[in-house]
Amino acid sequence: MLTVKNINTYYGQVHALKNVSLHLKQGEIVTLIGAYGAGKTTILNSLSAVTPVRNGEITFAGEPIQSLAPERIVELGISQVPEGRQVFKPLTVEDNLELGAYLRYRRREGRARIRASLDEIYRLFPRLQERRRQLAGTLSGGEQQMLAIGRALMARPKLLLLDEPSMGLAPLVVQEIFAVIAALTRDYGTTVLLVEQNAKAALKLASRGYVLETGKVILEESSTELLGNKEVQRAYLGKEKKEIWER
Amino acid sequence: MDFSQQLSQYLLSGLATGAIYALIGLGFAIIYNSTGIINFAQGEFVMLGGMFGVYFYTVHQFPLVAALLLAVLCAAASGVAFERLAIRPMRRAPPLGLVIITIGGSILVRGIAMLVWGKDTHALPGFSGDEPIILSGATLLPQHLWIFALTVLLIIANKLFFQYTITGKALRACAVNQRAAGLVGIDVRRMVMFSFLLASGMGALAGIIVAPLTMTSYDVGIMLGLKGFCAAIIGGMSNGIGTVLGGLLLGVLEALGAGLISSGYKDAVTFIILLLILFLRPQGLFSRGESERV
Repeated sequence: MLTVKNINTYYGQVHALKNVSLHLKQGEIVTLIGAYGAGKTTILNSLSAVTPVRNGEITFAGEPIQSLAPERIVELGISQVPEGRQVFKPLTVEDNLELGAYLRYRRREGRARIRASLDEIYRLFPRLQERRRQLAGTLSGGEQQMLAIGRALMARPKLLLLDEPSMGLAPLVVQEIFAVIAALTRDYGTTVLLVEQNAKAALKLASRGYVLETGKVILEESSTELLGNKEVQRAYLGKEKKEIWER
Repeated sequence: MDFSQQLSQYLLSGLATGAIYALIGLGFAIIYNSTGIINFAQGEFVMLGGMFGVYFYTVHQFPLVAALLLAVLCAAASGVAFERLAIRPMRRAPPLGLVIITIGGSILVRGIAMLVWGKDTHALPGFSGDEPIILSGATLLPQHLWIFALTVLLIIANKLFFQYTITGKALRACAVNQRAAGLVGIDVRRMVMFSFLLASGMGALAGIIVAPLTMTSYDVGIMLGLKGFCAAIIGGMSNGIGTVLGGLLLGVLEALGAGLISSGYKDAVTFIILLLILFLRPQGLFSRGESERV
């Protein structure tokens, strides 16, 4: 459903993405792994048109989207949950969620249908319902992450871009959030592109993964193969692999 | 007239001018909150409101409501044009640069107004006559009642708009986090333009309703703008009740200062308050610490 072909993105003079190509199939969870500065977030931002690509082609559901404005991207069904959650802190939880459906309000979609989506989000994250009148800034980190995901889902995206959803969260909360992501693809058929520092957890959730290094895709494999790949284990899966680490 | 009568007179007229300052201050706050810049041209839209009011009501003899609406519309349209021509092309400039641009813009608007309408002071008749009303020893003009009524109405409308409509919420979202606002599909540039529309429309209305009391001319915008700025500073740049209270407080203190000390000190009172607030409580008088987790 999404095809990215040879895109190049620059931050001023810095060449952040070098001929990156990737693709996603309907209903898939795909993860991007790589060190800080490898270009993972830049890929998401290029897809969301926040940092537009300089050249290359992005097609979504058969339509070229690389030169569209950010709000058109959301309208077509690609929503991003940004790094660091970025909820609207002085607004209430419910206001945050309603703003997620901003374009649906603009399109004059009936209130009843937006209300129904809101109830669905509350079903996915009951804790948000308990706190619906609270200001988003008073929520815990995990709850803010749930809110950020809920806000993105309010646009009813076909493709969800998740940037570091586990950052700074307790392992139990991470499990809870990952379980919801799995449920999203299972129950709603939402396609997910997941950027994670926690490569191991991400590969367990995803069916495929891309490995990035300094703005380039250096590897594309199924998750099981990546989990078994010695290079990947050494570089991204961490210290518990003693036999490699202490060689 | 004994002292208590005098006092209630000062309070009443102070509250009326204070209400005007509050409206102008809200304009400052709306733009500051959605763009991070202090729009020093805000006073000029107040002036434009008054001048367009005179133009439509006394020169062209339009009915009152039509003249009011037209004047507000024209001033708001000027506000939008100002944003498009002066602010948007310079979007990448740092906030200080933009603030300087608004000062430059205000001089331009003032100059054009002078060329078009001349340097004379213009009077706008009171909306429902100039027959004073005696209220517990203090005299009150019908125009004062207009000011109170319209201000209260506008403040309530403002509150409802920001609290309950999706566009109001979107504006607040832009104020908090433009990046995230863009990611949910809010067109941030349109919201910035919209905030200029709101602020200049609101300022224009303030300029019209105060014109029958103070007269208007091409250069009233400087002082009124600074007073509104002061109200917004007292209110901690909130686009809510803080700025309203700030405006009322400023109006009353100014009236008391002018009445009890000397009318020559009327403007000095404002600026002493402004300096004191900036030195001692730059976050505003009414802002409470917000509890927030990261």
